[in-house]
Amino acid sequence: MSDHDYQPSSKLGKWFNDRLPLLTLSNHLQEYPTPKNLNYWWTFGGILTFCLITQIITGIILGMHYIAHADLAFGSVEHIMRDVNYGWLIRYVHANGASMFFLAVYIHIFRSLYYGSYKAPREVIWIIGMIIYFLMMATAFMGYVLPWGQMSFWGATVITNLFSAIPFIGESITNWLWGGYSVDNPTLTRFFSLHYLLPFLILGLVILHIWALHVPGNNNPIGIDIKKPSNDTVPFHPYIVIKDLFALLLFLIVFAFFVFYSPNILGHADNYIEADPLVTPAHIVPEWYLLPFYAILRSVPDKLLGVIAMFASIFVLVVLPWLDTSKVRSAIFRPIYKQFYWFLVADVLILGYMGAMPAEGAYLIIARVATAYYFLHFLVILPVLGRKEKTLDIPLSITEPVLGGFPNQATTKNKQDNRENL
Amino acid sequence: MSDSDKKKPPRRDFILTATTAAGAVGVGAAVWPLIDQMNPDASVKALASTEVDISAVEPGQSITVLWRGKPVFIKRRTQEEIDSARSVDLKDLKHPERDEDRAKNPEWLVMLGVCTHLGCVPLTDKGDYNAWFCPCHGSHYDTSGRIRKGPAPTNMEVPKYVFLNSKTIKIG
Amino acid sequence: MKKFLKILFCTSMLLNTNYANSAENSAELLKVDWSFKSFFGKFDRASLQRGYQVYNEVCASCHSVKYLSYRNLTEKGGPEFTEEEAKAIASNFEVIDGPNSTGEMFTRPARLSDKFVSTYANDEEAKSANGGAYPPDMSVLVKARKGGADYIYSLLLGYEDPPADMELDDGVYYNKFMYGNKIKMSAPLSDDIVEYSDGTKATTEQMSKDVVTFLMWAAEPHLEQRHKFGFRVIIYLIIITILVYFSMKKIWSRIESKV
Repeated sequence: MSDHDYQPSSKLGKWFNDRLPLLTLSNHLQEYPTPKNLNYWWTFGGILTFCLITQIITGIILGMHYIAHADLAFGSVEHIMRDVNYGWLIRYVHANGASMFFLAVYIHIFRSLYYGSYKAPREVIWIIGMIIYFLMMATAFMGYVLPWGQMSFWGATVITNLFSAIPFIGESITNWLWGGYSVDNPTLTRFFSLHYLLPFLILGLVILHIWALHVPGNNNPIGIDIKKPSNDTVPFHPYIVIKDLFALLLFLIVFAFFVFYSPNILGHADNYIEADPLVTPAHIVPEWYLLPFYAILRSVPDKLLGVIAMFASIFVLVVLPWLDTSKVRSAIFRPIYKQFYWFLVADVLILGYMGAMPAEGAYLIIARVATAYYFLHFLVILPVLGRKEKTLDIPLSITEPVLGGFPNQATTKNKQDNRENL
Repeated sequence: MSDSDKKKPPRRDFILTATTAAGAVGVGAAVWPLIDQMNPDASVKALASTEVDISAVEPGQSITVLWRGKPVFIKRRTQEEIDSARSVDLKDLKHPERDEDRAKNPEWLVMLGVCTHLGCVPLTDKGDYNAWFCPCHGSHYDTSGRIRKGPAPTNMEVPKYVFLNSKTIKIG
Repeated sequence: MKKFLKILFCTSMLLNTNYANSAENSAELLKVDWSFKSFFGKFDRASLQRGYQVYNEVCASCHSVKYLSYRNLTEKGGPEFTEEEAKAIASNFEVIDGPNSTGEMFTRPARLSDKFVSTYANDEEAKSANGGAYPPDMSVLVKARKGGADYIYSLLLGYEDPPADMELDDGVYYNKFMYGNKIKMSAPLSDDIVEYSDGTKATTEQMSKDVVTFLMWAAEPHLEQRHKFGFRVIIYLIIITILVYFSMKKIWSRIESKV
């Protein structure tokens, strides 16, 4: 259906809607035709929205009690944990919420990789998503600095020192980032300010991400283009809403276990020691969600090249829609890609594991192989595979098990529909 | 739209109602900590009382101390001021209170130095009654801290306090 | 469901990565069946009170607990001393207050609202009084060490004679649980170093257990409330999940499709 056909039933609603079409928007969101065969891997979009809102709300609250000052930050966190009403709960939700957020975003990304959701016509959704992911990492990193424990301090030192790898101007840039000659109070206060700001940028990008999604509509497990609305779709509300809610609640049970029964297991004991610029902890390890990139960074023996490799490992994802040359989206119909997909999953898990290990001996060798394979997957395997792979027959629609469908059959035709959807 | 959507709207059945109700309870319970965190925290509540040394205050003088972030006036009144406070006819008062009730020990008047109009701090020994006068909106208080003229609705509040000994007052 | 098990599996993989490198200490930590572990774990009230006594009579000579206040001793979920007891405890300590009306600082007995008084005025004084080794603040010590309560407990009981091939400098002691096995704190506890008022025999093991219980509480004063809330929250979530599941079945039954 076209959103332009929508008319509010009440007079007041019509009056308002003619001036600001919020009701049309709300109607669009409710009626939004969604493929009826979406599986539970598709519920993570909703879960991620929940995570973002939770982080923003708990974060604003923590900001009411936290003091961004090198001498007071650690104590103010303890004040939150001890004295503020429910402060311990809010802080543990925020701290573990970051981990849950990343857990969900990784599942979301890997779902997209499996079902080819990044392919035409959804490249822009994917690129916005990658920007969100990058901002999430920046936000999480700066948030981890705020309690001003040992890991905060030394993590900040190590990560900001990445920029010193830039030739000629590296040192000026690090001094600029720090606001001094080392990580210190100016660094803390600017990190606090940016940690507060970035989530709102992310929120804005999330809105664009969803907007861009609503133009072509959702991809689906069999990855075919579908007619909308049709027997292949259901209205977003209540069908998808209730399903997302169910998945969210399962997710919350896991979340609650961490918050109430192992609130510190995802963190590092060292971060309960106040920052000391004279003593470095025995192991500097980033939070678990950054470990694969940390492993890539360390597996390159050259400082500058290591930094480049790390950023390249993210950038390679941004250009993924053009690296994967296969016209078929879903891995269900790509038997060979499916194998490589699971190799990649294993590779990233291995990288994560190596990121937590000391960079020496066998660990270093494995990390190097895994790093090489990571780039091999995206830069060689995917482009070649798209041309060579013999894909399986694709059904015409979700409801009719008729084979002989053609990937992207409707992309040209859809353009017309899309204009209507806007 | 598929045929199914054209069916008449499903009746509100038990399971959906129960789910909605349980959900509302859960959301309410989850919101409470987010609200309660703004209430005074345990460390603030612990500072509820303060002890003041009044040995150096001469008759006619007053001191101002901070209690719960607000000024408290401690005035050692002269006999003249006590008499003027106690001779007032209660009918003349906007907020009738006996001075005997406001100052148990007539020599010492202890009250929150906060104008009951909009929270400014009144000036001491000023105004029509030569006692307290609020410069913000012109409220005049008498030597017992009672509102006599101006927009303030009530007398200045007397906090809970005790004389620990002749030299020390504990407020709160 | 299978998918969620997969998720859990992935999470546990990642957890392992963090904790795999915690096994550096050569010696296996001593395990204690702490009352505060488990879903309904609570502190042993008497043990907390004894633990405070050990802290106060032994540890406090060097280690501060600067984020604790005397009022915490009376709070629910803690040692739960009576207000009178806690006031009496507080009044044994002198705090610096002021300035008074003549601009001078003065000392007065501590009140419930005061933070625990530290032996040393600052970290530098603490260091110089302890041969250059800073005795760490113990407010969150249990959370600041891998192995947590078990580690601190093991450390207190881990003093031994050094192996024959190890040379120890003056003021350095051998402890089989310490990172690198060298510790600058001499064995702090020995049998009957404190006298428990409740008649419990003050063995080194008993005192270690009590003081670690106290330190666990100091680090996590809302642990009991957290466990209580957690149980309720998870029960609630399970119920609402089941309700939502049936609502979902109901709603999806309107169209002929599987969820």
